Amino acid sequence: MNIIVCLKQVPDTETQIKIAPDGKSIVEDDIKWIMNPYDEFGVEEALRIKEKFGGEVTVVGLGPKRVTEAIRTALAMGADKGILITDDALEGSDSLATAKALTAAIKDLDYDIIFTGQRGIDDDLGLVGASVAEFLGIPHIALGIKVEIADDQSSVKVHRPVEGQTLVIESPLPVLITAQKGLNEPRYASLPGIMKAKKKPLEEKSLADLGVDASEFGEAARKLKIIELTPPPERKAGKIIEGETPQEKAAELAKLLHEEAKVL
Amino acid sequence: MAQGVWAIAEQRDGELRKVTYEVVSEGRRIADALGQELTAVLLGSNIKDKATELGHYGADKVIVADDPRLDPYTTDAYTAVIAQLVEANEPAVLLMGASAQGKDLSARLSARLGVAMAQDCTAFQVEDGNFVAIRPIYAGKAYAKVAFDNSWPNMATARPNVMAVNEPDTSKTAEIIDANVDLSDDALKTKVVEVIKDESGRIELTEADKIVSGGRGMKGPENYKILEELADLIGAAVGASRAAVDAGWRPHTDQVGQTGKVVSPNLYIACGISGAIQHLAGMGTSKVIVAINKDPDAPIFQKADYGVVADLFDVVPALAEEVKKYL
Ligand SMILES: Cc1cc2nc3c(=O)[nH]c(=O)nc-3n(C[C@H](O)[C@H](O)[C@H](O)COP(=O)(O)OP(=O)(O)OC[C@H]3O[C@@H](n4cnc5c(N)ncnc54)[C@H](O)[C@@H]3O)c2cc1C
Ligand SMILES: Nc1ncnc2c1ncn2[C@@H]1O[C@H](COP(=O)(O)O)[C@@H](O)[C@H]1O
Repeated sequence: MNIIVCLKQVPDTETQIKIAPDGKSIVEDDIKWIMNPYDEFGVEEALRIKEKFGGEVTVVGLGPKRVTEAIRTALAMGADKGILITDDALEGSDSLATAKALTAAIKDLDYDIIFTGQRGIDDDLGLVGASVAEFLGIPHIALGIKVEIADDQSSVKVHRPVEGQTLVIESPLPVLITAQKGLNEPRYASLPGIMKAKKKPLEEKSLADLGVDASEFGEAARKLKIIELTPPPERKAGKIIEGETPQEKAAELAKLLHEEAKVL
Repeated sequence: MAQGVWAIAEQRDGELRKVTYEVVSEGRRIADALGQELTAVLLGSNIKDKATELGHYGADKVIVADDPRLDPYTTDAYTAVIAQLVEANEPAVLLMGASAQGKDLSARLSARLGVAMAQDCTAFQVEDGNFVAIRPIYAGKAYAKVAFDNSWPNMATARPNVMAVNEPDTSKTAEIIDANVDLSDDALKTKVVEVIKDESGRIELTEADKIVSGGRGMKGPENYKILEELADLIGAAVGASRAAVDAGWRPHTDQVGQTGKVVSPNLYIACGISGAIQHLAGMGTSKVIVAINKDPDAPIFQKADYGVVADLFDVVPALAEEVKKYL
């Protein structure tokens, strides 16, 4: 089983988002960058499949040079090799363009399963996985929490929770699966793992290396255009419920929810 | 020129989902603002009788694609059929709900059509005749206003529970159009082989009008009983913080937050939850937030409309008694 995992680097979840003076982007100065948490589930699942069936795990990231860190983390967890797609012309690309570039890098590789995260916790779009599958002409299954590979390694069953039920979906290979919480518990990189990762192959590719036309990428080629970023509507601390006893407080709360907030 | 607003209806087992009414109602408002027609699109098997109802919520036309291969939903079949319908009819705007199905279908469809797609929006507007969308990013730490390039349709999904539903008007009828479904079995690679129903009987988090949520302060899985009792009384879903999920007290599907579900109920009651930034990210768009926590300095109180500083093991059962007065 050869597996590919797409890795996105995103701001750490603790990050306070500051809007830049242009009103369209965020201030990136003090941001600590991490691997998108959903991609960790993808890396872990890929490693488990490799441990069971053999094969190779390749991780692919797209973005500025700093994305190397996320790739190194995956290599330290146990992935075999990394590809970084990096090019100044990619700056500001939207999901479709990102998916196109990832597809260009993946299409000539040997793969049975591709994992992406179910969504990036930065743009919260969740479009790149399905788009890569579409451009490669393979099926995708979104929001996997369990992946069962058939004994003959020709198909897969994926558990996908949707509102109020879980669907078990079968697909032939190759397939793209988007990972989410519940799939597994990602391992931490061990110290020997980190040492070994430094020697693992990490290839850098430009748009020219991928044989694609740079004019289809970057800010100017965006189909979804950001006009303006604003802080979220302010939520102010409200009332602290008064009362001598918990019973009194509960009575007052119920009354306010009914009479004032009108939600009961 | 592409014309018209499309609202993709979502059904399960022949019943329209709540988000469908939200999307059709919002679609009506957008269509009016653009001065165009609203078409609802309904896919499934033996679902024609549901088309009339979509007219009552404001659809001028309903396109019905009825085929056994369209039930249950699969990405392959729905993408193929809607892509054909779009190419034949050239709508300007295409909306659906940001449900599990809608997020999946919209992602694949937008790639097939090669058009821009705005996921999980909380508002739509028409500005100078152009459709624009507002969507939370960084899990609600910022809001982005986004516009579309000149390719069509402009695609967007609406966050469930946010957009207002029109009063149904039974005097309004839609023109019902049968779509010819041209599906090749080769295009259908994935198959639903089993459906495992959630037996709790409780409403799902993202669709819930009210949520009672418990964190590390619950101290153990057995104590969720008191939250469930309150939830059942007021018709709420039960959620959890990551601390509770990671402790194994609650299933992963119950986690609310940046790496869990994003919810926006009318009422969110956080019990024994401190209000970490990643938790707030998942429930910050709730209309009314109540916090029950014994630590007066817990950050959750900074965001709560109503705060109760007390031991939740005293307050929650008392609250369950008190709400009975208003049911
Ligand atoms: C990458 C990443 C992603 C994350 N994603 C999420 C996410 O999606 N969702 C999420 O929730 N968290 C997430 N977190 C975790 C988050 O940072 C917090 O650790 C978590 O939300 C804390 O959960 P809690 O509030 O239940 O626990 P705590 O922070 O331990 O708070 C427990 C609260 O209970 C109160 N309490 C205790 N006993 C009682 C009592 N008897 N009566 C009343 N109050 C009581 C305490 O005063 C305290 O405020 C994420 C973290 C990371 C690093
Ligand atoms: N720049 C990128 N490089 C590598 N993978 C990406 C990139 N952007 C998105 N992905 C993958 O697609 C998933 C969903 O991201 P998004 O569609 O941006 O929300 C991520 O979890 C990644 O697996």
